[in-house]
Amino acid sequence: MALLSRLRARREPIGPLDYYRKLWLRLIMAGTLIFLYGPISTLVAFSFNDSRRNIVWRGFTLKYYEKALENDELIEAFTNSLTIAFFTTIVSVILAALAAYVLWRFRFPFKAAYEGAVALPIVIPEICMGVAMMAFFARIGWPSDLPWPLSLSQITIAHIAFSFPFAAIVIRARLETFNRELGESARDLGASEARVFWDIVVPHMKPGLIAGALLSFTLSLDDFVITFFTAGPNTVTFPVKVYSMVRFSVTPEVNAASTILIGLTLVLTAIALRLQNRNNMNMQA
Amino acid sequence: MADMQDPIIRIENICKTYPGGVQAVDNVSLNVDRGEFFALLGPSGCGKTTLLRMMAGFEIPTSGTLLIDGQNMADVQPNKRPVNMVFQSYAVFPHMSVAQNVGYGLKIEGRPKREIAERVQEALDLVKLGHLGGRMPDELSGGQRQRVALARALIKRPSVLLLDEPLSALDAKLREAMQIELVRLQKTVGITFVIVTHDQDEALSMANRIAVMEQGVVKQIAGPAELYESPNCRFVADFIGKINLFDGQAKANGNGKTLVETPVLGKVEFGGDANGPVSLGVRPEKVRVSREKPGGNLLAAQGPVTDIAYYGGYSKVFVDIGAKEPVLADITNAERSTGPGFENGEKLWVSWRAEDTLVLTS
Repeated sequence: MALLSRLRARREPIGPLDYYRKLWLRLIMAGTLIFLYGPISTLVAFSFNDSRRNIVWRGFTLKYYEKALENDELIEAFTNSLTIAFFTTIVSVILAALAAYVLWRFRFPFKAAYEGAVALPIVIPEICMGVAMMAFFARIGWPSDLPWPLSLSQITIAHIAFSFPFAAIVIRARLETFNRELGESARDLGASEARVFWDIVVPHMKPGLIAGALLSFTLSLDDFVITFFTAGPNTVTFPVKVYSMVRFSVTPEVNAASTILIGLTLVLTAIALRLQNRNNMNMQA
Repeated sequence: MADMQDPIIRIENICKTYPGGVQAVDNVSLNVDRGEFFALLGPSGCGKTTLLRMMAGFEIPTSGTLLIDGQNMADVQPNKRPVNMVFQSYAVFPHMSVAQNVGYGLKIEGRPKREIAERVQEALDLVKLGHLGGRMPDELSGGQRQRVALARALIKRPSVLLLDEPLSALDAKLREAMQIELVRLQKTVGITFVIVTHDQDEALSMANRIAVMEQGVVKQIAGPAELYESPNCRFVADFIGKINLFDGQAKANGNGKTLVETPVLGKVEFGGDANGPVSLGVRPEKVRVSREKPGGNLLAAQGPVTDIAYYGGYSKVFVDIGAKEPVLADITNAERSTGPGFENGEKLWVSWRAEDTLVLTS
């Protein structure tokens, strides 16, 4: 109420462009921010809470971070997740770049159908994808007793299958902004189709490749549903591990591990955005 | 090696039909001579760009043959043709420096680095960009980017340089300067230039010969003066410069003379033997305007002034003599005064010599 009365006490009338002084606008902004970041900030705050349970604040501590980092199973799950995400990213970006290039460069029969088929997994419910993947791997008898990191191959393949359409869409959108005369010009100067691709098209695609990679990486890193269905007993990923820990109780250890993951994603996003910005600046010509 | 007297580009009966049935180029035959500055001129959609892109290899003719330097281009990929192109958007590679852009063609040829560096500098000096090799394209102005595109194409020493509307993106002042510079450049390097343009001034001022195109068909190929003074059809007469046209009926009298009757100009006798509907045409600068009825052997008619437009160096005077449109006369403002000295509504005589009149049968 104090805030409200202070606002009203302002003498100057609110001008038409003084949006920031309009109460309803401030309320919307505050509302969205609380809605988006309330739970996350609680999670982060309670990761420093010196208590077994996540209900009452009992003072600051880092001991749950130590505990999380000493939890071998958690670390193993985390390593698995990063490994899967790494390979998923590489393969999906390559596949996505090729699919996007083919769709952009050539005209062929059933092109629209192909384009739709590439994008369709985005709208297929994840649970169905998960069940389908599980049934598929069981049907073809994919070996489940391979040594690490090959033991992660099932999950990785499943992750590639659902994340590469996202990357393909991003890269395709980027290619739409390509001036075809650039390619023709390189060709005119003596470049073969392959050289045009490497010398001219790929540099233009770069921001799309980075964005696609980032998308694939985060999609893979935090996927639960599909992973849950394709993971064997020895291939636990971070989200699956957190889920099993939470089933007993939500300890600050889980909070600490999650906070580390959030931090990691933020850093990666920042790096990717920086790279993309620098590229965009070079591309504006 | 083909004979040096042969045309550098020989186009025979070339057609291009796009899927969907659009006929972009309709049975075009033309030759471009060595060392020539050749222009393809026409309104947008007339097929001139398609024709140019066929020379570069980016469009494949539906039928007909294209020879460059005596060699059939049917199975030759764009990267193997002895031509280079300056694109409308300049297509300067945004992620390469100016020097890298210009040297790209030589890099692909696998030339040694030292040779590339020397020739890049030479090419940049040629287009007066010698000091900007290290810049990135986004640090250049539109005119400078175009020079990069020019240098990049010329460094390969092509037999023919193709230019697709090279000046359309520049502002008026710069365009005029570039017109002069392109002609200078062409004389310096001695390479055949083929330019596509929709701007008649550009074509007239730069080219040795011009092919005027309409709806996929070449209407006339001639030098600038011939095209302007002796167009072979209404389209060319109307497209190149301004012209006053009067519809009439021609009747050949059998001994090399033709009598043309028009409603506003009466009966006039011309050389040649045409029959049927014709148009008489006269260029605005050949029309004289006077208050008194002019004497002598002139075509003349009287009417009120409908408009006077002042353009500084000259004025346009429109006189309604009862034809479809008022007659346009360009009056040079040769003396320092406030204009041509006529008034709207004033009854004036327009007149011109019979030999300045064009008889257009098609």
